Amino acid sequence: MPSLKDLKNKIASIKNTRKITKAMQMVSAAKLRRAQEAAEAARPYAERMNAVMGGLAASVGTSPTAPRLLAGTGSDKVQLLVVMTSERGLAGGFNSNIVKLARNRANELLAAGKTVKILTVGKKGREQLRRDYAAYMVGHIDMSEVKRVGYVNAQAIARDVLSRFEAGECDVVTIFYSRFQSVIAQIPTAQQIIPAQYEGGAISALYDYEPSEEAILADLLPRGVATQFFTALLENGASEQGARMSAMDNATRNAGDMITKYTTIYNRSRQAAITTELIEIIAGAEAL
Amino acid sequence: MAGTLQFDLVSPERRLASVVATEVNIPGADGDLTAMEGHAPTITTLRAGVLKIASADGVKSFVVTGGFAEISATSVSVLAERAVPVEELTAALMDQLIADASEATAVAVDKDAADKAMADLVAMRAAAGF
Repeated sequence: MPSLKDLKNKIASIKNTRKITKAMQMVSAAKLRRAQEAAEAARPYAERMNAVMGGLAASVGTSPTAPRLLAGTGSDKVQLLVVMTSERGLAGGFNSNIVKLARNRANELLAAGKTVKILTVGKKGREQLRRDYAAYMVGHIDMSEVKRVGYVNAQAIARDVLSRFEAGECDVVTIFYSRFQSVIAQIPTAQQIIPAQYEGGAISALYDYEPSEEAILADLLPRGVATQFFTALLENGASEQGARMSAMDNATRNAGDMITKYTTIYNRSRQAAITTELIEIIAGAEAL
Repeated sequence: MAGTLQFDLVSPERRLASVVATEVNIPGADGDLTAMEGHAPTITTLRAGVLKIASADGVKSFVVTGGFAEISATSVSVLAERAVPVEELTAALMDQLIADASEATAVAVDKDAADKAMADLVAMRAAAGF
């Protein structure tokens, strides 16, 4: 049985923890709103981009002169996995879920005899993957200095990946990130970006292209890659805050439950102590 | 009065303008072009240059670097990599753009294209009055 003083200290410490988790939850809520606004603001560009690319890809994609970014290198031997996670922890299963998905994919590919290369964006993913896949890791992009994700960050990642692709270091590029659905649901997602896969393509026949379809496509494909990274970064940002918010909400509630529990124990032992003292006094008085 | 078309200018990070315009002057990769109502549907890539939008409230200009424009009979959407209203353009920002471009020129595989991009930027600086 812990002493009264121990219990009191314990309760005080849990109360402090609760204050911290509560504060983190509120900070995340504010950041989440901003992240969602950013994702919302980026949507028109990404949607237009995808629509136009879809049209172009549908009309050019099958020709033998199609750009390699669209048609691929004709092989799928070397697979580059870009694992995008956050720089900070305490976000529930957010990072682990992305890493788990990437790990499953890596194992599948290795079992199929492919060469796997891993590029990590964000510290947490690298820490988790380094244990088992250190030999496959080809690079890391540090985002810890980035306060607010901008298109330039996406461009930097895209440039890195494109230069690897141009140099023939990889055939297929897949990105792993978490799609934001709601505060309680973030869906870890794998998306292949090289060779590019675009849906739709009904509009292409209607347009005149200037310069030519292929020239436009060659110009737009690298931008398309950057746009996809940007979308992924924003979705990840919102997911991270959403995951942290619900994790911290749980932690706060759990701390509240623990406080109630320990307060009950504290009160009970205090009363027990008083009762014991009284019995002693009365017994002493009677003995006289 | 001439017919109008819906004009949208979006950058990856936000929507910069959405107005009803009478004509839009676009710096296309193969030369400037002006879109008015009833223009044939066209998709063109952009070079660095000045985008001018004439509407009922006057003419607005934006400096854009790269991207593409989607023109239809009733609307124009410009997706620019980077777009800045001319009023907000400063010499410092311009220099920054040129510095970025010269960095790109240094490492570019396609020297011609990179040099052209650089020349476009310098011409744009002159057009913007710096």
